[in-house]
Amino acid sequence: MSELMPVLLALTILIGGVAGAAILTWFERRLLGVWQDRHGPNRLGPLGIGQVLADMIKLLFKDDWVPPFSDKVVFIFAPTAIVVAMMMGFAVVPFAPGMMIIDVNIGLLFFLGMTSLAVYSVLLGGLASNNKYALLGGLRSAAQMVSYEVFMGLSLMGVVMMSGSFSLVDIVEAQTDVWFCFSQILGLIVFVIAGIAESHRLPFDLPEAEHELTAGFHTEYGGMKFAMFMLGEYLGLMLISCMIVTLFFGGWHGPALIGHWLPPLFWFGFKVFIIICFFVLLRAAIPRPRYDQLMSLGWKVMLPITLINLVITGAVLLWMEGAA
Amino acid sequence: MLEITLFYVAATVALVATVLAMTRTNAIHALIYLIVSLLAVAVIFFLIGAPFAAALEIVIYAGAIMVLFVFVIMMLNLGEKGDQQERQWLLPKIWAGPALLAAVLFAELLYVISTVEGPVSTTAVSAKEVGLALFGPYVLAVEIASMLLLAGLVGSFHLGRRYLERDGFDDRSEK
Repeated sequence: MSELMPVLLALTILIGGVAGAAILTWFERRLLGVWQDRHGPNRLGPLGIGQVLADMIKLLFKDDWVPPFSDKVVFIFAPTAIVVAMMMGFAVVPFAPGMMIIDVNIGLLFFLGMTSLAVYSVLLGGLASNNKYALLGGLRSAAQMVSYEVFMGLSLMGVVMMSGSFSLVDIVEAQTDVWFCFSQILGLIVFVIAGIAESHRLPFDLPEAEHELTAGFHTEYGGMKFAMFMLGEYLGLMLISCMIVTLFFGGWHGPALIGHWLPPLFWFGFKVFIIICFFVLLRAAIPRPRYDQLMSLGWKVMLPITLINLVITGAVLLWMEGAA
Repeated sequence: MLEITLFYVAATVALVATVLAMTRTNAIHALIYLIVSLLAVAVIFFLIGAPFAAALEIVIYAGAIMVLFVFVIMMLNLGEKGDQQERQWLLPKIWAGPALLAAVLFAELLYVISTVEGPVSTTAVSAKEVGLALFGPYVLAVEIASMLLLAGLVGSFHLGRRYLERDGFDDRSEK
């Protein structure tokens, strides 16, 4: 049974990830509607949840067109890369004690590696389309993601220092008493911003900025290939939310006093849900910055913050070690 | 047994992908094969007990440096003309000489490997040990590498600065 557990969990994540992403497309539009004082898709089925099914049928039956001027093999391969990379990223997420596919001592680095591989999807998709808007979108995404990957990795080093391990289980265990969102507040802020930039969602969706690049890197994509890009984006959103909960909000630990009332899996899911709602709220509230503003925010604000955080965390840890 | 099978599969993938990376005329296809080759090497690192090196191979080589390569190729926009030029450069009379010399080195390498008794350790090296080694016996190499990177940084800043001034985009000239 214990050997079968990771296989079953992997299948659950595979199906749950796709279903979750499909439901998120509807949930996001409804939530945006609430915040912008309108309805959103509310016609099909109870609360409009049938919209998910309608969208899926529409995407499945669309003509799956490959542009004759594109680089065909790369064009078809590109959308799969982001889905595969994001799905692989879930392999190291600890959902509850003992409930994870694999606990490796490089879990955090594995997650960073998978998110950095997901960049290729956008990049190759934009390049293979052989279209100027797609190319510009791909170029932007390359610069944006390579830059923000730097801060993303550095912002997590404070957490690694405090827990003394790259293993995500050890990091969650280290937060039994106090969550890292208090001591690593600077790291949390940078990680959230870099996380949005990595999953290229609004307000940082410059690779597909529709008012200037039509649809950016996926201008030439339609039907199921476009759906794969969307699936990858929502999987990325879920993965980043899972990582924020794991690294900064105590993973499966509930809040003090009432934490033991409900099972660990509930607390993990609940916190991930709150973070996803927060990301949707960001999308509704903040306009898209200009491209040079995004870059100067990254290199002139985020990088100094992460470096200061690293120095302070290191100094405090050394001081505490000396005092003990 | 399983580990040895996995090792040979990963090694075969790495070799085939590297050969294909060299022989493709389309620069993007060549780069994709190079990325696959790097991922295969990461798997090999993981199998011989260096998970930290494997993770860094993916994060830095496959995830960052290769992205910049693709970025540059996108900027150049080679297209069909680039393919034709590559095809002319890949004639046997051009690669025969280097290939012969490389074959001599390869034969020597095979001989050296066949004389050494299996040096591969199966104990996993943790991130902490890598860090201690880097900032202990190899600290000089780390410092030299950082100075090299700093030189590259200053150089690229200088080049970008001159380009901006030439086109009248320099924000200092507006004052």
